[in-house]
Amino acid sequence: MPPIVKVENLQKTYAGGFAALKGVSLEIEEGEIIALLGPNGAGKTTLISTLCGITAPTGGRAEVGGHDIITGYRKARAMIGLVPQEIALEPFEKVINTVKFSRGLFGKERDDALIERVLRQFSLWDKRNARIRELSGGMKRRVLIAKALCHEPRVLFLDEPTAGVDVELRRDMWQIVDGLRKSGVTIILTTHYIEEAEAIADRIAVISKGEILLVEDKAALMARMGHKTLRIDLRDPVDAVPDALADYDLELSEDRHSLTYHYDTRGEGTGITRLLQALAAEGLGLRDIQTTQSSLEEIFVGMIQEGAA
Amino acid sequence: MNFPAIRAIYKYEMARFFRTLMESLLSPVISTSLYFVVFGAAIGSRISEVDGVSYGAFIVPGLIMLSVMTQAISNASFGIYFPKFIDTIFEIMSAPINFFEIVIGYVGAAATKALLIGIVILATAQFFVDIEIQHPVAMLTFLVLTCLSFSLFGFIIGIWAENFQQLQLIPLLVITPLVFLGGSFYSISMLPPAWQTISLFNPIVYLMSGFRWSFFGQADVSVGFSLMAIAFFTAICLGVIWWIFKTGYRIKP
Repeated sequence: MPPIVKVENLQKTYAGGFAALKGVSLEIEEGEIIALLGPNGAGKTTLISTLCGITAPTGGRAEVGGHDIITGYRKARAMIGLVPQEIALEPFEKVINTVKFSRGLFGKERDDALIERVLRQFSLWDKRNARIRELSGGMKRRVLIAKALCHEPRVLFLDEPTAGVDVELRRDMWQIVDGLRKSGVTIILTTHYIEEAEAIADRIAVISKGEILLVEDKAALMARMGHKTLRIDLRDPVDAVPDALADYDLELSEDRHSLTYHYDTRGEGTGITRLLQALAAEGLGLRDIQTTQSSLEEIFVGMIQEGAA
Repeated sequence: MNFPAIRAIYKYEMARFFRTLMESLLSPVISTSLYFVVFGAAIGSRISEVDGVSYGAFIVPGLIMLSVMTQAISNASFGIYFPKFIDTIFEIMSAPINFFEIVIGYVGAAATKALLIGIVILATAQFFVDIEIQHPVAMLTFLVLTCLSFSLFGFIIGIWAENFQQLQLIPLLVITPLVFLGGSFYSISMLPPAWQTISLFNPIVYLMSGFRWSFFGQADVSVGFSLMAIAFFTAICLGVIWWIFKTGYRIKP
């Protein structure tokens, strides 16, 4: 199956000379959730804006559903729903009117049943006659998503859907995205919260300074980049790491009660078996052991630094 | 053509008008009535007929034009400026529509509002003076063309403006003087010859002249010239708007 979004060497240099996109290439499969992960100013919003027609690209090309975003903009844009980062709604308008407006704007004939279904899906039906300014921040975000979905797009762009929202609302938003995934909509979301990409995305594209550093399945990324640590709690404190264990590069905690060992799951062997045997040979009694996997956050920070170096 | 989109923009803009119907209609009606009291009754009673028409009736076309032009510009400029100001313009820019459809929606709505206001003023004027319209079709043509061309002009101002002050600037600095000096309340034949010549550089003179001709059958310049002038103005506005959308001036970085 051809990718639903295909980006080839897309470039955007603003009039001031700032290169926001330095040749981005990306393919997105239908039905997946991909997270564009990167720090502020990485080019995430510029990429989305360019694909949606808000910003004009200065080089390269892109297709949505097989339609070029410039020459076939009508068909390409009709397939796209966009939820912007900032809440941009006319404060004096009624919820239902603003949603109906969006549907019309995207060339779709009036469909009251569909509008009702979308509004109910986002618990907005009871608020349909409320003015936008009367709604809470969370409700306004729901209205934005309802507007983007009411013309039945196949690709949904969510630009920082949870920037500046509280924890509860974030969980709420994740649930909404999960619900959308089941409806078969392809979702491209930008975020600078690794936790968010980790929680909802199938694939992650790391973007920094206008370039895509890598695109990979979330699980594979975690596994490939996954450094793990093993913490060994000792029954009796030791004064120093025994010489026989010097090869393992162990760290002794301040209270001298535990040792930390770093290993790489990518390696041939982790060395854990030999380490534990060596500990036993030294006569050190163990009270507990635990392993922790490095989070995407650590992977991500490491990559950005590598990119900068 | 994306007709649902045109309809959506048009309806949305008209809804704003009807939401503030009282304000939208009341202010032109009140200001027109004030003009009649001041110019028509107080001052007009001391002015003899102009071109065989009582002064009270003579100023009716000028009053309509003044309101229609101002309203067309302010409605159209606000209509496109407001989405820019509150960032909802992103939706228009990301929709599967072209510039022509956007313009039809916004300008069509602004022109409709201006036309309605013009008709309301004409009706209000009937309470103060007797008016006979000699060329109703021509009158309506001039009125509609004025609504359209000044709405197009307002649309350009709305795109150009970067703050509310700029939005008011052009109407205040350019349009109001041109309308007042364009023969809205007098015939330019009443001016000294030198000023008559200068007046011919004011495009609004041609509009006013043609519009007044449709009422009273008398014009300062020929009617054909008036029509050409307004067609020319409309074409320039359309050209500028076409350029705006082609280059993305102030709407597409």
